[in-house]
Amino acid sequence: MAKLILSMDNLMLKEISLTKERTTIGRKPQNDIQIDNLAISGEHAAIVTILNDAFLEDLGSTNGTQVNGQPIKKHFLQNGDVIELGKYRLKYVNEAQPQVSQADFERTMIIRPDMAQKLADQSNEKAPMGDTQTGMSTNHFSPPPSHLATEPATPPAPSPQAPPSVLQPAVSLRGAIQVLTGVNAGKELELTKTLTSLGKPGVQVAVITRRPHGYFITHVEGAVFPSVNGKLLDAQAHPLGDHDIIELAGTKMEFFLKS
Amino acid sequence: MDLSQALETVSRSDPGMVRSHNEDAVYLNPALGLAILADGMGGYNAGEVASGMVTTLLGSELGKALTLQEPYLFDSNGQRRANGLLEREIERANHAVYQAAQSQPQYAGMGTTLVMAVFYDNSMTVAHIGDSRLYRLRGEEFIQITRDHSLLQEQIESGMLTVEEARHSQNKNLVTRAVGVDPLVEPEIHDYATQPGDIYLFCSDGLNDMVEDEEIGATVQMLSANLELAATQLVQLANDNGGRDNVSVILVRVRQSYPAPRGVIGWLARLRAWFK
Repeated sequence: MAKLILSMDNLMLKEISLTKERTTIGRKPQNDIQIDNLAISGEHAAIVTILNDAFLEDLGSTNGTQVNGQPIKKHFLQNGDVIELGKYRLKYVNEAQPQVSQADFERTMIIRPDMAQKLADQSNEKAPMGDTQTGMSTNHFSPPPSHLATEPATPPAPSPQAPPSVLQPAVSLRGAIQVLTGVNAGKELELTKTLTSLGKPGVQVAVITRRPHGYFITHVEGAVFPSVNGKLLDAQAHPLGDHDIIELAGTKMEFFLKS
Repeated sequence: MDLSQALETVSRSDPGMVRSHNEDAVYLNPALGLAILADGMGGYNAGEVASGMVTTLLGSELGKALTLQEPYLFDSNGQRRANGLLEREIERANHAVYQAAQSQPQYAGMGTTLVMAVFYDNSMTVAHIGDSRLYRLRGEEFIQITRDHSLLQEQIESGMLTVEEARHSQNKNLVTRAVGVDPLVEPEIHDYATQPGDIYLFCSDGLNDMVEDEEIGATVQMLSANLELAATQLVQLANDNGGRDNVSVILVRVRQSYPAPRGVIGWLARLRAWFK
């Protein structure tokens, strides 16, 4: 559950959970978060919560609303954002949901169109939320407002081996290719991308893939397959080791790892 | 008309690195120019049931219909017959999944996304429901053809979120339409002209949630000479990035033009198909 931490002059005043779909902030007492200070407008700002996301909107306040030092009218709140209203600060905390139950959370679920419509109404959007007149009739269907189609609470199967963390290749060494023969002899090519293709399209092409656990070479096209250390490849990906010699389309090149 | 000379097709479906089940299903019939991909949802194995039912039903029913009808002809509404055909068959598949979900407690709440195309007469009719996608590589240009039926997409279209902000949203994987969750479903159906050299990529969100569009496009382009390898590489990329969901891809390359046989030749072809 996302929350706001209200503070002034680095003094924490209050912690507010964003339980409502619309949380208002202002000087007047009817606001969900009342800040009784003349720098704050009667109805200063509002936060619309849509499931796990929150949107901050300035309601035309006299002194404005800032997020991380920038004045905003509308803002999609991210964990750690600091909202400033006059001398007051509201820190938005939305601890990464995925940690709760990653696999379960990321399962695809259906959201009912009438719910989407309701959210759209609440977010004060003039623009309609896409086309919501689906075949799902709202007349003989009245699920509770926060109803998502049932995803039984089956515990996700634990992964047999922990998946590698996203976008953090375990390859600490950088691979590179140095051309040994032909017109490009001496040229060096760093393998920074996940895919690097070598050779001449239509004649002979191979591709080197950078994967979390190392570099691999695979034949892509051409009647002749490339060879590594004098051994012809088959259709499978072949792992590359430091100082392997690749021969492709009559050109020799050396694969090596840089630290 | 047999399209397997004009269309090169490959598919891969992989459970990914985290899930024990594969709830995705793919179906290919290159001769009839049919490609179908579904991403099921629901507890226990209900997701697999839903996606499996939809791909199997659509595959067999459309297979029958396409050998008897000419999808390229126009119907009384001025639309290609393929449109009405897809609409009808998707409705029937929806009904079947919905009925199963209603009558069997273990299937309650199951549903599936769907993205499919039928190729005919140098064009294709695409139908989709939910957040499974179709992309096209034409020359250098790699674009997304379908627009997700998802909360995020609606928020992007209404201006609440930019595409960049949407990447940081915590509301991923919420679809606004799915097959089998209600008595009626509204597929989005459009026709597109195809060109020789085009490569079409159908995928479940297990690919595009784990791999950026630019990287997907670059991979398809770089490995376009070898579709088998391209499909394997796409699945591998998703898994190397964590593989948090099932990953399925279908690749279809248009090798040459495939105009529908018209006049006497077309009539003879239909007659032959009818007697088969």
